Amino acid sequence: MTELRHRGATEKELQEQHSEDKVTDKEKGSETEGRSERDGASDSEIKPDTGVAEVPVPADDTPEVLNKALSGLSSRWKNWWVRGILTLAMISFFFFIIYLGPIVLMMIVLCVQIKCFHEIITIGYSVYHSYHLPWFRTLSWYFLLCVNYFFYGETVTDCFFTLVQREEPLRILSKYHRFISFALYLTGFCMFVLSLVKKHYRLQFYMFGWTHVTLLIVVTQSHLIIHNLFEGMIWFIVPISCVICNDIMAYMFGFFFGRTPLIKLSPKKTWEGFIGGFFATVVFGILLSYVMAGYRYFVCPVEFNNDSNRFTVDCEPSELFQLQDYGLPSVLQSITGWTTVKLYPFQIHSIALSAFASIMGPFGGFFASGFKRAFKIKDFANTIPGHGGIMDRFDCQYLMATFVNVYIASFIRGPNPTKVIQQLLALRPDQQLHIFNSLKAHLTEKGLLPALEEAA
Amino acid sequence: MTELRRRGGGGDPDSTESISDKEADGDDRLGFPGEGEGDMEGDSKADTPDVPPSADNTPECLNKALEGLSSRWKNWWIRGILSLTMIVGFFLIIYLGPIMLILLVMGIQIKCFHEIITIGYRVYHSYELPWFRTLSWYFLICVNYFFYGETVADYFGVLVQREEPLQFLVRYHRFISFALYLAGFCMFVLSLVKKHYRLQFYMFAWTHVTLLIVVTQSHLVIQNLFEGMIWFILPISTVICNDIMAYLFGFFFGRTPLIKLSPKKTWEGFIGGFFATVAFSFFFAYLLSPYQHFVCPVEYNSETNRFAVECEPSNLFVMQEYTLPAVVQNGVRWKTVNLYPFQIHSIALSSFASLIGPFGGFFASGFKRAFKIKDFADTIPGHGGIMDRFDCQYLMATFVHVYIASFIRGPNPSKVLQQLLLLHPEQQLSIFNMLRNHLQEKGMLPPAVEEAQ
Repeated sequence: MTELRHRGATEKELQEQHSEDKVTDKEKGSETEGRSERDGASDSEIKPDTGVAEVPVPADDTPEVLNKALSGLSSRWKNWWVRGILTLAMISFFFFIIYLGPIVLMMIVLCVQIKCFHEIITIGYSVYHSYHLPWFRTLSWYFLLCVNYFFYGETVTDCFFTLVQREEPLRILSKYHRFISFALYLTGFCMFVLSLVKKHYRLQFYMFGWTHVTLLIVVTQSHLIIHNLFEGMIWFIVPISCVICNDIMAYMFGFFFGRTPLIKLSPKKTWEGFIGGFFATVVFGILLSYVMAGYRYFVCPVEFNNDSNRFTVDCEPSELFQLQDYGLPSVLQSITGWTTVKLYPFQIHSIALSAFASIMGPFGGFFASGFKRAFKIKDFANTIPGHGGIMDRFDCQYLMATFVNVYIASFIRGPNPTKVIQQLLALRPDQQLHIFNSLKAHLTEKGLLPALEEAA
Repeated sequence: MTELRRRGGGGDPDSTESISDKEADGDDRLGFPGEGEGDMEGDSKADTPDVPPSADNTPECLNKALEGLSSRWKNWWIRGILSLTMIVGFFLIIYLGPIMLILLVMGIQIKCFHEIITIGYRVYHSYELPWFRTLSWYFLICVNYFFYGETVADYFGVLVQREEPLQFLVRYHRFISFALYLAGFCMFVLSLVKKHYRLQFYMFAWTHVTLLIVVTQSHLVIQNLFEGMIWFILPISTVICNDIMAYLFGFFFGRTPLIKLSPKKTWEGFIGGFFATVAFSFFFAYLLSPYQHFVCPVEYNSETNRFAVECEPSNLFVMQEYTLPAVVQNGVRWKTVNLYPFQIHSIALSSFASLIGPFGGFFASGFKRAFKIKDFADTIPGHGGIMDRFDCQYLMATFVHVYIASFIRGPNPSKVLQQLLLLHPEQQLSIFNMLRNHLQEKGMLPPAVEEAQ
């Protein structure tokens, strides 16, 4: 997301950056930090180009059609337009996918995850010149597959419980799921040990560590996103939109009012942008939740309907998504002349979510900036013209996904009744009896059961 | 554990210690070319007792007692004595009970973490990095808080319900842990210093991978412990036995090298160790199974406020008769044999320990070669650091945990009850009715007259 604020660089600078990799660390440290800073500084507008169409296109995979359409503009505006158009394209694509439904969203999340993993691993290769390491690419992808198998297996077992119980091979796979996943992982581990080559030990351990940290960051977060999605599509859409909005708003506020730098790590961020973005995002979050909370399609948990074998989003909306009256504090009453206001309780929660997105989200961006500075890369990749790689767009999202998941688990959702039933049925009969008696005592206390005399 | 096999007597043939930095990679600042070199045991110096004890913290009393021996035998004796000491210490702690074991596991975890982080510091010369040591220990505390919180919430359920502040902490436990972790993350980002970005990211990653390995495994060890102390004792003993047996077999019969990474391991040692370990664990399981102290799940008795290990042993630990297959019957002339079912499981555990456990050792060997260190630390005289002793245990702990979850244990009843109590009353009621019907079907409840609800 920080790339929104770094304008395009010329090809020369990119080349200089790549050649830096071969210099030793010490020199690199001092020299290139300066260079990156100059990068950031000179980055802003002023390459004194004439309005000529022949600006050299650095490693730029802007589609030809865009290039032609914008051929008349100067480099600065051309970049601005390219970014703007791509941004709109991505946002429309996002809405289109939402329209298509949960399964497509899951596939998209999976693809984004794979691409992010690929980008980060490729950076590791180029940093360590380890293309020729035996087995390593195979092992990295193998570990990605194992971890995905583990997580998807757990998700599938939870959501598709009835379907899984029906089919015999699926039932066995799900019963011994952890064991199978662990065995797969161990195979990869043993292959790694057997592939250690005498002169490349350190490199191989670095890449092993690099792969695991990447898996930790990328894969776990993407699965948390999918869990959030299953709670209800609104828990997926609102956080992501808040982060995107925060980026755009902070950029706008910074552009128009920006004066005081925020952090040395990203010299283009300003306090004005940060604070302005915060307020704008909170307001946006409230409005967006108001719009979305009215529709069942967004609000209901995604469930797998065993009869129709499809995902359905149909339910009685929970209290969170029903309009309630809130009395305004007297201060606001005098200003607006209303005594109460109708809100969805979810909108209160959305304030917490958007506050997190505005305050903590940028730290994810700083982390990615620091990472890029540390390894002297400008962008994670060149996938999206004008924006860089997929990781550049998603760096702030990761912290957000974990936060939403933890938030839901702590404040919103209780345990899943279906899951509890499953676990109950898996217990031994005497344990079930014990729980039955405890539950009966509890319910009788609460007055839900008339005091019964049952011989247990 | 691999150190057991590096005997004295001649320098170690692996000349990797002298690899120049360039071969490892061109980019990093490696500082210390020959760090491990002079350190090898039995460096075939003279047989005099004046062998310079290179960073050796053998206690003085041992040194005096072994004065007269040559360097090689001296080392052998030191190792032997320390091994016996560690094994005796292990049994003593078992005798002292579960709480001591938990404290011991925690102590070992902290020491292992410290050792690995210290290696990271040395490798990257990053002592002067601002904040970094604080942050590493802070992350360790966060992750431990998260894991111990989950454990405490599970096992001390009743105690937790009584105390108000504990209840609050348990209910929002994940949120609090996440907030703590985030604080550390933000501190890290704010501590990034211009010239040290790469170093700081390396140390960040190093810390996280270490946490992943060390802390999660130690918590799995503790969870295994709660299943019953036998699930803790047997795997650890099996790994130790495999090490010792493979060493002895290799010493007496060893000829064919096993893997280039550890040139002193041999196929004869590997296979001999496998059979010896399976036999050992078979008998050891037989020894331990009759005792409730080892076999029962560790539970917290809320009345006496202590851990209690008392129960009706499950089917796994009740003698059963197995008919021998015809082949063995001819050989042995017994028709049936009385075994604990647990002994069958112990065969699986010991096979894993013998076949896959050594890979943990190879991994640690490779790690030491990669970073050109001889031992993880010098904590135990003659053996190296704590990590050296525990490198094979880690895979074992995860395996035992996954094994129990897949083949032995069902869900934890108290946890299910907790979740039940958190549901909405209507959901509780519907589950209650469903459960009642289920139990009536099974005959656990007399078919009750339908009361007006």
